[in-house]
Amino acid sequence: MAGVHVSTTINGDPVEFVCQPGEVLLDVLRNRIGLTGAKEGCGTGDCGACSVTVDGRLVCACLVLGAEVEGRSVTTVEGLASGGELHPLQRKFIEHAALQCGICTPGFLVAAKALLDRNASPSEEEIRYALAGNLCRCTGYDKIVRAVQAAASELATDATRKSGKASGSKSGRKSTKKQVA
Amino acid sequence: MSHDASFTNQKFKVIGTRVPRPDGIDKVTGRARYGADATAPGQLVGMILRSPHAHADIRKIDTSAAEALPGVKAVITSADLPDKVGGRRDMLDILENCMARGRALYDGHAVAAVAAIDAETAKRALKLIKVDYKPLAHVTDVDEAMRDDAPIVQPWVRTAGGDPNKPTNVAQISQFGHGDLDAGFAEADVIIERSYKTEQTHQGYIEPHACLASVGPDGQGELWVTTQGHYTFRTQCAALLGMEVAKLKVTSSEIGGGFGGKTHVWMEPVALALSRKANRPVKLVLTREETFRGTGPTCSTSIDIKIGARRDGRITAALATLRYQDGAFPGIWGMLGAMTAWACYDLPNVKSVAYDVLVNRPKVAAYRAPSAPMAAFAVESTVDLVARELGMDPVDFRLLNAAKEGTRASYGPTYGPIGIGPTLEAVKNHPQMKVKLGPNQGRGMACGFWFNFGGQTCSTVNIGVDGTVNVSVGTVDVGGSRASLSLIAAEELGVPYESVKCTVADTATLGHNDTTEGSRGTFSSGMAIIFACRNAVQELRARAAKMMDVPVEDVHWENGQAVALGTQHSNLQPLTLAQIARKSPQTGGPIAGHNEVVADGAGVSFASHICDVEVDPETGQTRVLRYAVIQDAGKAIHPDYVEGQFQGAAAQGIGWALNEEYIYGKDGRLQNPGFLDYRIPVCSDLPFIDTQILEIPNPGHPYGIRGVGETSIVPPLAAIGNAVSNAVGVRMTHVPMSPPRILGAIKAAR
Repeated sequence: MAGVHVSTTINGDPVEFVCQPGEVLLDVLRNRIGLTGAKEGCGTGDCGACSVTVDGRLVCACLVLGAEVEGRSVTTVEGLASGGELHPLQRKFIEHAALQCGICTPGFLVAAKALLDRNASPSEEEIRYALAGNLCRCTGYDKIVRAVQAAASELATDATRKSGKASGSKSGRKSTKKQVA
Repeated sequence: MSHDASFTNQKFKVIGTRVPRPDGIDKVTGRARYGADATAPGQLVGMILRSPHAHADIRKIDTSAAEALPGVKAVITSADLPDKVGGRRDMLDILENCMARGRALYDGHAVAAVAAIDAETAKRALKLIKVDYKPLAHVTDVDEAMRDDAPIVQPWVRTAGGDPNKPTNVAQISQFGHGDLDAGFAEADVIIERSYKTEQTHQGYIEPHACLASVGPDGQGELWVTTQGHYTFRTQCAALLGMEVAKLKVTSSEIGGGFGGKTHVWMEPVALALSRKANRPVKLVLTREETFRGTGPTCSTSIDIKIGARRDGRITAALATLRYQDGAFPGIWGMLGAMTAWACYDLPNVKSVAYDVLVNRPKVAAYRAPSAPMAAFAVESTVDLVARELGMDPVDFRLLNAAKEGTRASYGPTYGPIGIGPTLEAVKNHPQMKVKLGPNQGRGMACGFWFNFGGQTCSTVNIGVDGTVNVSVGTVDVGGSRASLSLIAAEELGVPYESVKCTVADTATLGHNDTTEGSRGTFSSGMAIIFACRNAVQELRARAAKMMDVPVEDVHWENGQAVALGTQHSNLQPLTLAQIARKSPQTGGPIAGHNEVVADGAGVSFASHICDVEVDPETGQTRVLRYAVIQDAGKAIHPDYVEGQFQGAAAQGIGWALNEEYIYGKDGRLQNPGFLDYRIPVCSDLPFIDTQILEIPNPGHPYGIRGVGETSIVPPLAAIGNAVSNAVGVRMTHVPMSPPRILGAIKAAR
């Protein structure tokens, strides 16, 4: 079958590729672009390990055709950090031990960023429902939720400081070490 | 409790701190490479054709049309995997599970495989393979499989001690216990008997099995694979394919979860055979559906429990009869159920009898504390019933009967210092026990046990010229063990955690290491690293002695530096590890330490869990409101990852208790091989999971470590069972306690 030529933006970079009409975005990213951060856990949209955003909207890359991203902007886990600077979510995931095997982590980070982009201070319940499309089999989600809460609070502190309302006494980088009950 | 003073007084510098894991950045940026993330020049795509029948004779496989398809480079069947193991039954079972040999034994059993230039071609080739099946009668239920008229799964199987001429599905009968059961029951004031069932579950790792295999015409091969034990995979693959062990290099990728399901080979020998036939690298990645149908699950069970107790609360006799299905190949799963069933208690008269039973389902693999959760569900549910009958608090009743140091365990050994009593005391004092429950809410608690394991281990510690340290281990890092092992090396050498780099070595770099199973990773590699570091310290002292020009006996190792003791050396400055390392080219060359050990002395581990649930009486839906895990870790090297093990194990247990099950149709086919219909807990299903780490040091380890990974999947089935039973006022005896089962139980009780 003839390939489809696609021009798109991936993690801010202009990218062109040719894919089969029936080829999903996940296979394009992994096999043609070399971005293997998005994982295939199910191929049916049930596990969220392949979560990416297309024009800011959270999708399962296994349910989107490669041809559909023509003219759009795709962000994957590889696009979360800016240069050597990790996104606060990435830092908090490490600080809070929010990953064990780490296979679901790229999907969780992309989904959590999509949440914080639209809701800067989500409640625990809002976090849990926003991440309910991402399966993790290792952590029981406890430390993931705490990491997202910590990242949200750090981002809020940074935003306050940037807008000039900060008192200057609080450090946005303060590590939120947990208490052992 | 009194502990060995040498352990309780041990003062650590970095052990027990919550440092960032060394592989963290790779894993949050997408750089970490898992099983499916590797590529090789000229690689082909491998795919497997699977049986659509639960049980069928394979009369003929015609691969000619597939082979003729342009782009297809190899097609294999069991004819390409001849017996290279001299008929050794355990290895032949593994081989037969990789590829059916004349008979498909379960829905999803591999029957042929292809390697082609791309996925499209491989898929088309699979459709061109013609298999002539003759369907046979099948059996998927463990109780039905034990009947005299049941279809026979493996005609060669005989029960030891049974009729040598009679084929059977009972592959093994195991018995454990001591005392006089009849006398014990005669002494009892109260006797409770109940029967239970648990359904089959899958480990549910998010990463499906994946590998990249490459075999050349010279017989040398490489395998990149997601595995819990690349050395075991090497041994098994080499044996099954008739390769030499040293010529097959196996590299473990980052592993996206295993929980026991990646402890032995599934399709890796197939990928190697395809590569050998095609003479090209072959990447073989299973789909989720294949992972459910063809790999991993744990047993479904049917268990009878009988407990007798006196009015004063002492259990006088305990009997368990356990029937575990092993899938289509014999296993030891029933036996493990029998060994673990009564391990929490100090019992004068106890017996457990287990049947390992074959059915037409996938070959059962270990699943985190394999076999213990089901036995604990049955035992701990009955323990609650006895306590209620006696009018005793269930925690007090358990405390009164709990095993302690010196107790003869029901499975044989006599316990050293153990944590079951302390975890129960912690339950009594836990704030959750004081939270008032509302309508339709119930509280339950339960205990759990796991043996833990040590096994063959080796490790190398290399000191770099700049004073940094490379640690090579052979145990796969499934959940953050490189952080723990780096902490151990830092502690032992007295260097900063940041200057240690821990790597999981491939099979060509280190000697054999047993699979990362039995919660042995940090326990056994930790032990080997401690000894390897002490080995390196000997050399560091010798080099320092040379540099200081003093006898080596006068040089001691303190806080990461060599100190010359004695007043005659008081003018000598201590030498740091970095200073000694820098001079190493002049003092005798590279400095390293090495250790090979059979890491005996694994310490048993106990946990007690508390669970509060609310059950919707209209729908039967259960919501977990609060959950607490209390477990003995011996010594928590990295508390974050110990808590993570507790929480993850509890979450898996909660899924098993409430939702997860393999559903087989009358046709013997698996009806829910996907995450939509086999529903594991999601974020919104669970509360925060409270954890308490107890540290009762294991005298069998230099740092007191016990394995921590498995024990906490043992109590949840029973803790939730007890909580749900208390909420609805009906004893739940069938796991999972899905809404229809709960509604059915409520209705039946009316």
